[in-house]
Amino acid sequence: MKRTLFRNQLLPWLLLAPQLIITFVFFLWPAAQAVRQSFLREDAFGTRTSFVGFDNFKALWSSAEYMNSLQVTAVFAISVTVLSMGLSLLLAIAVDRMIKSARVYSTLLVWPYAVAPAVAGILWWFIFNPTIGIMPYVLSQLGYNWNHISDKGDAMTLVVIASAWKQISYNFLFFLAGLQAIPASLREAAAIDGAGPVRRFFDITFPLLSPTTFFLLVVNIVYAMFDTFGVIDATTEGGPAQATNILVYKVYFDGFVGQNLGSSAAQSVVLMMLVLVLTVIQFRYVEKKVEY
Amino acid sequence: MASITLDNLGKIYAGGTRAVGGVNIDIADGEFIVLVGPSGCGKSTLLRMVAGLEAISEGQVRIGDRVVNETEPADRDIAMVFQNYALYPHMSVRQNLAYGLKNRGTPKAEIERRVGIASDILQIGPFLDRKPRALSGGQRQRVAMGRAIVREPAAFLFDEPLSNLDAKLRVAMRLEIKELQKRLRTTSLYVTHDQLEAMTLADRLVVLNGGKVEQIGTPLEVYRRPASAFVAGFIGSPAMNLIDSRAVAHLPGITDAGLVGIRPEDLSVSPDGPIQMQVLAVEELGAQRLVHGQTGGERLTITLPSDGPIAHDLRLSYQPQALHLFDRETGKRLDRAA
Repeated sequence: MKRTLFRNQLLPWLLLAPQLIITFVFFLWPAAQAVRQSFLREDAFGTRTSFVGFDNFKALWSSAEYMNSLQVTAVFAISVTVLSMGLSLLLAIAVDRMIKSARVYSTLLVWPYAVAPAVAGILWWFIFNPTIGIMPYVLSQLGYNWNHISDKGDAMTLVVIASAWKQISYNFLFFLAGLQAIPASLREAAAIDGAGPVRRFFDITFPLLSPTTFFLLVVNIVYAMFDTFGVIDATTEGGPAQATNILVYKVYFDGFVGQNLGSSAAQSVVLMMLVLVLTVIQFRYVEKKVEY
Repeated sequence: MASITLDNLGKIYAGGTRAVGGVNIDIADGEFIVLVGPSGCGKSTLLRMVAGLEAISEGQVRIGDRVVNETEPADRDIAMVFQNYALYPHMSVRQNLAYGLKNRGTPKAEIERRVGIASDILQIGPFLDRKPRALSGGQRQRVAMGRAIVREPAAFLFDEPLSNLDAKLRVAMRLEIKELQKRLRTTSLYVTHDQLEAMTLADRLVVLNGGKVEQIGTPLEVYRRPASAFVAGFIGSPAMNLIDSRAVAHLPGITDAGLVGIRPEDLSVSPDGPIQMQVLAVEELGAQRLVHGQTGGERLTITLPSDGPIAHDLRLSYQPQALHLFDRETGKRLDRAA
């Protein structure tokens, strides 16, 4: 590798400064604040702050509400990941088989990605609005009374659909690229080897797609756990009765609405650990393990 | 094993483009047929129609006495070797070989027996538990052949199987394929753009151009009596000299046919020869040299032994019976009245 030597000791630091400052101000410093905050407790009026050690964390583990949020997050993240990856794989397979206008379809399918999470939330909130929405009307014709404002299951379904919908574009693009990277001759060879379309998919296509699938799995879990704040905030606000109160939303709600900064900070620290674990998985396995 | 018959076979793509038309070939049981032609001549399309990977627009394909136009590739009793080998990268060599048998519900013991035989024939026994990516190009090529052999099909279809190998390996594998086919006596249809490969492998070769058959014959027939100017220029290396007859009308044996062809090796230097050639370039091949020049504004190539200096101007002579005459309009061979 070629190394550039700077005669001036200051210049490299100056050139690095913008990136370093941004990283420090917007990432490291808030993270450090959160860690510090998580060991503190403030009284209700913000006048007194005391060091409480791991009490905030202990309180979390014994909090039924937090355990509920963990469970809700797990259900939510898995549902979003399975739904959006499943649908995008189907769409990608369909487009991959198309001979004409595959480009047009791809372009159209990518559009939802440009929609901000909050807007996507509002969109689905309108579609599923119990009073004016089209879906509750259709469902009532089928004999189902939809109401995500009072029904926990309906509320979860709504946020899952809204969040998954937004992620389909992204998954679709990766799956399509993955599918198109598989040489047609492999599928042809399998066809000559007596494998029908379904068998070809499970024996050849799906295994060869596994690097893409694993990568998307991690990305989608991260998305569902951390990037869906806007969707939740615009639709259910964590309700009804905590049914859609995922971890990120709870951090915000406890900290900024409930003003329980210590607990909120402790929750942030837990989330940071989760991200850390997911990142390690990503690097350890996506980069190395998944090859064939 | 079986014969294969292509009866007036044609392919028209959705846009109306005709890729192949009116192809009639009878392939006898155990015969090795090579389809050869420049890229875009429809040879791969033809092979893929026989394999069932490409729909048939016109005519019939028969394998044995069965019309297979509508038959799935899997049920045609053929095996194919692809240009990029198409080995399943996530399966071991053993699994690659066994996959086609497993899908057909062959008993385990029988699969093992056949994989054993194939790996003995191709000497891939030591690699059976490796993944394809751990193999060299030549080994992958063998595995691809093994996958065809274990199936014990009625016919082998080869789609340019050697073009991803380096020159030396290509020559070695060419011989191996030839020997293997002689040994197994399985009807084979082989596609290549390399005329040398075609000449060396084929029992009979089929020269294709623009989706049509130009000539079918044994390599020597095709070489000695090319049916058209296209075949004359395509088969044989260095290529046959093709000259407009008007430019050389004064020479013996030449009628006002259109195109006159003569192979570079049929021209020889002689001090009182009728052709005068101005030398433009010389390519040394070791045993021989190719001398490129021009006469009367037409390009001419001759092969000469590689000893001695080369004059700037050469006088060349030839045997009149070494000339090939082709029609100016159709390019078809014209047989001299005499």
